Amino acid sequence: MKNVNMIIVGVGGQGTLLTSKIIGNAALKESYHVKVSEVHGMSQRGGSVITYVKLGSSVDSPLVEKNEADIIIAFEKLEALRWIEYLKKGGSLVVNDQQINPMPVITGREKYPDNIIEKLRHMCGYEKVIAVDALKIAKELGNTRVVNLVLVGILARLMPFSKEIWLESIKESVPTKYYDVNKKAFEVGFGLM
Amino acid sequence: MKKLMLGNEAVARGAYEAGVMVATAYPGTPSTEITENIAKYDDIYAEWSPNEKVALEVAIGASIAGARSICSMKHVGLNVAADPLFTVSYTGVNGGLVIMVADDPGMHSSQNEQDSRFYAMAANVPMLEPADSTECKELVKEAFRISEEFDCPVIVRLTTRIAHSRSIVELGEREDISLREYRKDPGKYVMMPAMARARHVEVEKRMKRLGDFSNQATLNRIEWGNRDIGIITSGIAYQYSREAFKDASFLKLGMVYPIPEDLIREFAAEVETLYVIEELALFLENQVKQLGIKVTGKDVLPVVGELSTGMLKEKLLGQGPEPGCSTEEKVPVRPPVMCPGCPHRGVFYVLKQMKLTVTGDIGCYTLGALPPLGSMDTCVCMGASIGMAHGMEKARGREFASKTVAVIGDSTFIHSGITGLIDIVYNNGTSTVIILDNSITGMTGHQHNPVSGYTIKGEPAKQVDLVKLAQAIGIERVRVVDPYDINEFEKVVKEEVSVDEPSLIISKRPCALLKGVKFEGPLRINKEKCKICRICMRIGCPALVDKGSHIEINETLCGGCGLCTRLCRFDAIEKAGDLNEKC
Ligand code: SF4
Ligand code: SF4
Repeated sequence: MKNVNMIIVGVGGQGTLLTSKIIGNAALKESYHVKVSEVHGMSQRGGSVITYVKLGSSVDSPLVEKNEADIIIAFEKLEALRWIEYLKKGGSLVVNDQQINPMPVITGREKYPDNIIEKLRHMCGYEKVIAVDALKIAKELGNTRVVNLVLVGILARLMPFSKEIWLESIKESVPTKYYDVNKKAFEVGFGLM
Repeated sequence: MKKLMLGNEAVARGAYEAGVMVATAYPGTPSTEITENIAKYDDIYAEWSPNEKVALEVAIGASIAGARSICSMKHVGLNVAADPLFTVSYTGVNGGLVIMVADDPGMHSSQNEQDSRFYAMAANVPMLEPADSTECKELVKEAFRISEEFDCPVIVRLTTRIAHSRSIVELGEREDISLREYRKDPGKYVMMPAMARARHVEVEKRMKRLGDFSNQATLNRIEWGNRDIGIITSGIAYQYSREAFKDASFLKLGMVYPIPEDLIREFAAEVETLYVIEELALFLENQVKQLGIKVTGKDVLPVVGELSTGMLKEKLLGQGPEPGCSTEEKVPVRPPVMCPGCPHRGVFYVLKQMKLTVTGDIGCYTLGALPPLGSMDTCVCMGASIGMAHGMEKARGREFASKTVAVIGDSTFIHSGITGLIDIVYNNGTSTVIILDNSITGMTGHQHNPVSGYTIKGEPAKQVDLVKLAQAIGIERVRVVDPYDINEFEKVVKEEVSVDEPSLIISKRPCALLKGVKFEGPLRINKEKCKICRICMRIGCPALVDKGSHIEINETLCGGCGLCTRLCRFDAIEKAGDLNEKC
């Protein structure tokens, strides 16, 4: 059983917690030992947030260290840049091509870096960076909140779990009435790769 | 059945399986989810108490009445509950009593980094510390057994990374525990000097017995590996150490007070180099040193912030991280912000315009201290805003008070603000206090409180009437204002700071994230009308973006609260969808 280290980064309130829950439950169903470490409290109010997911035959520390992540899922591109040192050489980055300006940028004191996706590709290898406008896809599906499921769909292609397990885990993690739209978003992400 | 559970959720499960009947708490990160999850069990009575002191007193009452009881709080909450803690240590318990305390090394969501382990030592109470979710559940159950066997409260200490990490837990059944008999026993439960003197003797005897227990308890275990390096550790530090030192020997403590002295001696004698690896202060290390044992610990490791596997490898093994991806790019920081539509925003805008000195308090609104609002001068602890405003007046006089306000949330006011307000009235102060009444405890994830009108289980409850309360303690000037109406708000604040008596302003608007709160939908900026004066940017709404050449509203963030429209003098902010190009 190969160990997989992952971090999920984004802006507080973007739904990173649901994503880690879905991944964690899927790992449990596949009989992995798994630990997930989350951030609650103040940074959930629009701050930079990071969730760690570690799975394998045995896991001690719940945290992923710098240069240890096999996969980074970034809900926002500046956050991808902020945490990129966590990606190990040859690791994959799934990045939502969305820009949410932090306060220093909003007030004009600092600049939002340009061409982030290009720079990330340059740093990590062209084929290792999977960029997607998940917000656009979510809007087309009629619910901006399913951005995370589009990203989970892409992740599913990088992971050794069966699709059925993913769908089961999604079903258990989202409210019943939103299962269909979440499933659709997952399928779109899954189909992109 | 196996489940992936948050440490806090596993604590709740442990309480359920241990047959707990009464659970109390005041919400505080990282402890909040313990009691939120306990409230989901129908067999357990759960409540949000007004503060941690009351919460512990309720739990003590329940324990003496014969029920297993649990009381949960964050580290600073234990300061509030310290008064009953030190004496319940003397009275002991009837039904088991467990106190959960969650420390926050690294201060992810706290105002200090205190190490609550010292409370166990100071109050003569045993303390357990789990290292993952499974242990969270098991140690809570063990804590109840210890509490009843040794007739004392037991503290179980978590840290953020334990409380907020998910790992696998095997669920068990609820123990069939019935209420213990209640017996009147003044010698044990009435702590007047004569009785307390006798009880203190019992406490010291108990601690000795607990010391022996610690040596034999399976809670403390040796994991032999290579004997070159031996590591004494507990909690999350155990996990980091395990990962950094694959082959070393470990003495893993589940009971961190009292420590197992014999076991430590035995372990130390067998290993060549001994490390004590713990986060924050030298709690274990100093105790081990007192046994006359030489150890390495805080001479190398920091007392500030969290540890990590990487740090242990670097500082103790001299292994730096291998270079991976890196960036030279300057990445702007992303501090937390008040949500779009937050009712607090208008308040701080007005206070900043008026250039007032603002004593602040603990909650989402503490974010009013950050730019561009930047209108908070102090924040110390729950309720401090009010007493501090009064202290400033007594130090600098009435003139200063006319340029000062205290700002406090509704839940924080109930927690610890009322007594401060009484002080102002009683001691002839003239301070102006603003209660930000958003009908919820926001920062910790929206818990009900005595002002919100609902209990933890969502049942309707009586609401504290803040206006009547203020009048009853002798405040004659009480005003209720809508903070979205910034002009009116400013007028009211001006009037109240200028009068020679105490006043209370209640800023009333529900939190923008509450279910029932609906806005009109996103706004947008009409580029033809906008003169790029940037006044709207001063409120620091994350939905308003300065693009340099123009101002833009991020429509996925904006709910349409309309606060920015009140600032724009050119009528340039309008409903999105009014313009043709939008469709
Ligand atoms: S206040 Fe009005 S005119 Fe001024 S920058 Fe904002 S939208 Fe434009
Ligand atoms: S209406 Fe204005 S202040 Fe309110 S959320 Fe939208 S942009 Fe922000």
